Amino acid sequence: MPIAAALLSVAGLAGVAVVATILAAQRRAWATPIVYGASLILAAVLLMCGLLALLGGSAFQGAVHLPVGLPWIGAYFALDPLSAAFLVIVDFGAVVASFYAIGYGAHEEEPGRVLPFFPAFLAGMNLVVLSADAFGFLVAWEFMSLSSWALVMAHHHDAENRRAGYVYLLMASFGTLMLLLAFGLLAGPDGDYAFSAIRTAHHVPWLAGLVLVLMLLGAGSKAGLVPLHVWLPLAHPAAPSHVSALMSGVMTKVAVYGFIRVVFDLAGEPAWWWAVLVLILGSGSAVLGVLHAVLQRDLKRLLAYSTVENVGIIFIGLGLGLAFKTNDMTGAAALAVAASIFHAFNHSLFKSLLFFGAGNVLTGTGERDIEKLGGLVHRMPETAYLFLGGCLAISALPPLNGFVSEWLILQAILLSPDVPQWALRFLIPASGAMLALAAALAAACFVRAFGITFLSRPRSPAAETAHEVSRWQIRAMYALLIICLIAGVFPGPFLDALSPVSQMLVSGAMPKQPILPHLSIIPISESRSSYSGFLVFFFILMASWAAIRVIHNFASRAVRRAPPWDCGFPDASPVTQYTADSFAQPIRRVFGPIAFRAKVSQTMPPPGDMAPARLTLSLRDLVWEFIYEPLESVVLYAAERLNILQFLTIRSYLSLVFAALVLLLVLVATWA
Amino acid sequence: MERFSLDAAHLLAGGMVLVSFMMLYQNRILGLLNVFAAHAVVLSLSVAWQAYVQSAPHLFVTAAIALILKAIIIPVALHHMVLRLGVHRDIETVGGIGPTMLMGIGLVALSMVVMLPAAAEADPIAREDLALALSVILLGLLMMVTRQNAISQIVGFMSLENGLVLAATGARGMPLVVEISVAFSVLVAFIVIGVFLFRIRERFDTIDTQALDDFREGRE
Repeated sequence: MPIAAALLSVAGLAGVAVVATILAAQRRAWATPIVYGASLILAAVLLMCGLLALLGGSAFQGAVHLPVGLPWIGAYFALDPLSAAFLVIVDFGAVVASFYAIGYGAHEEEPGRVLPFFPAFLAGMNLVVLSADAFGFLVAWEFMSLSSWALVMAHHHDAENRRAGYVYLLMASFGTLMLLLAFGLLAGPDGDYAFSAIRTAHHVPWLAGLVLVLMLLGAGSKAGLVPLHVWLPLAHPAAPSHVSALMSGVMTKVAVYGFIRVVFDLAGEPAWWWAVLVLILGSGSAVLGVLHAVLQRDLKRLLAYSTVENVGIIFIGLGLGLAFKTNDMTGAAALAVAASIFHAFNHSLFKSLLFFGAGNVLTGTGERDIEKLGGLVHRMPETAYLFLGGCLAISALPPLNGFVSEWLILQAILLSPDVPQWALRFLIPASGAMLALAAALAAACFVRAFGITFLSRPRSPAAETAHEVSRWQIRAMYALLIICLIAGVFPGPFLDALSPVSQMLVSGAMPKQPILPHLSIIPISESRSSYSGFLVFFFILMASWAAIRVIHNFASRAVRRAPPWDCGFPDASPVTQYTADSFAQPIRRVFGPIAFRAKVSQTMPPPGDMAPARLTLSLRDLVWEFIYEPLESVVLYAAERLNILQFLTIRSYLSLVFAALVLLLVLVATWA
Repeated sequence: MERFSLDAAHLLAGGMVLVSFMMLYQNRILGLLNVFAAHAVVLSLSVAWQAYVQSAPHLFVTAAIALILKAIIIPVALHHMVLRLGVHRDIETVGGIGPTMLMGIGLVALSMVVMLPAAAEADPIAREDLALALSVILLGLLMMVTRQNAISQIVGFMSLENGLVLAATGARGMPLVVEISVAFSVLVAFIVIGVFLFRIRERFDTIDTQALDDFREGRE
């Protein structure tokens, strides 16, 4: 039974966390490889369980009821196609991150602050996916949040990290509160919190709508939907890189899982306006996330903002799924949902790969600011090429996997004319345009990230003295890149594996993907559209090979190495190179005035003055300004008003208690 | 016999509510202490009757504790304290006897309305005992809220505790250990409060708690 093995492995991870605490307290040097190695093995077992349950059919799925947790109620766990798919996503990321961490963790200054929480974090994420009752789900969710918070706070001597931890803690507790309310509404007055009972219960339509809103707030804040994303670009970079990869690549997917589980599986039939809400939030996140990403100088923060973009893309897919599901277009709904989950899987791959690359850069140079990097392709060649692979994948270039899932989502968007609601007919192409815009901007963003970091000449001594990192780190990245390539070239089996999931969620499935001809995938029907990653890959290989042959056969063999023409400036300093800011400037020009209220002002010294002229650029984060700052001032105002409650007399306190008691009794009396 | 035991239990529990009302309008301190002693005597009678009816011998211990501790030791000690503080001739300004009594009646009605349906399945003795006990608790709280004199507030607190004991006996009583420890904690609370009363008196020449608040506000 995979479910039993999975639960035992989760218990094992919790045990590893305890052992890690003891080892870390004794400051054993060999604790790092032991803890990460054990996490790797257990995560691999969990991955196997997920794969078996996903591919093996119902024989390997199942549910158990354990007498742990709440007395008399116990805890329910289940492994169905949806949780199996996300178990695979979570544990593939976990296996690779553990492997990477065996090398990366050796550089950790305070391993005691990371080691105990890493397996606990893995256990929390797995438990969220495996739980089949609301109580267990929420406890696991909170466990996941708190252990990841501890990892964010690993380097808490840095004031910025402390602030990140604070914002994260606030947003995480807000999110959990929303989930708590959502499950409370779902369970209704009977209060049966098992998913199986919630699924069969009848849900009042407007209450189910409220559940959707609460899930968007709760799961959306964890996944990083705009405008609830504010903690994400602060917290993800603050954690050690292998944890950043897990938080960005995997934990956001756990949030997506929670959303799918409740909205598609538990909340009953969707109404059409649900899709409107999800589509608007998804497309907004996709565009705003990538716009922020283009402007970032901190490599890890750039990647975190790009996560916001990708979560937006996933939610666009889910919104499409809702739109088609409510109109009984099962084939289209299956396509949208499968594309979303496939994109979640793909994103977990290339985002982990990119965060590992950023981790390598951090290990090799100690720098995260891309304006101080440059020229790393010479000193860290393997990292550079692996990072480039990740950039290609995330920019949705064929034949890699990012293209396949985004293409599938666009295919689903092309089915929108069949939707009867006019609002959706207009909105879906609009979100398609947003998706295309986000994809193009993402490409620009990663050209900039790769170019400034790895190409050109080193911009700082740290970049000049960079060194390549341990084999563990490089091999973990190779594994990810190879899977990215396989998923891009042979996407058919991956989509076939997801068909039980879409069968379960929208009671429809994509057509079975043919092995032949050409290993192409067919989203709806062959006459409509098809894509063969293999043919594209083959063509690219052949074309490159032919080009290389042509150049080598026909070009002159007389190669001469000479200094490049220096435009009359011999020995130019590296600061004269193209910078990250200059690369982002055209995009900032176009979108800055709307999205960031960008203002550029020049100060010219008067003639004769030797002071330098200055160009000052001010960017404002409108989400902070229009949502969080007013909220903060309201909270502060209320706190100030309520402050008098701290200085009442004993009799007034007694009177308050008395009044509250009488009020509650009156409520009870009128209710019954 | 069944009918009679029920009626007697109700009589005694209702007597407690009645004595609570007497406390509510008693504005002389020594009189208040006497009424409180009577409250405790009625409590111990009620508990003893319950012990007899339910044939639960450990409730007799509870009754004995109530009688000795609350009907004798504490009132006598409070009596001495009042005499030593020299406040036995004070007449407390209780804001509006009439409204307070009306509020008290409202509270009793409220607890009936809440408890009778809530405990519908319980056996009749427990059910109506619970309702009356809640009334006693609420009246005790009301007394703590309306009085300013520290000693009256203590008496209000003690009568509230009597209500808790009454509620517990209705449901076949608390375990004896709990009962004894509650009794002792009340005793300890009494001692602590007594010490504080003398300290307050030493400093402020009054035991009117309003003076404490005036002092604190003056400091700000």
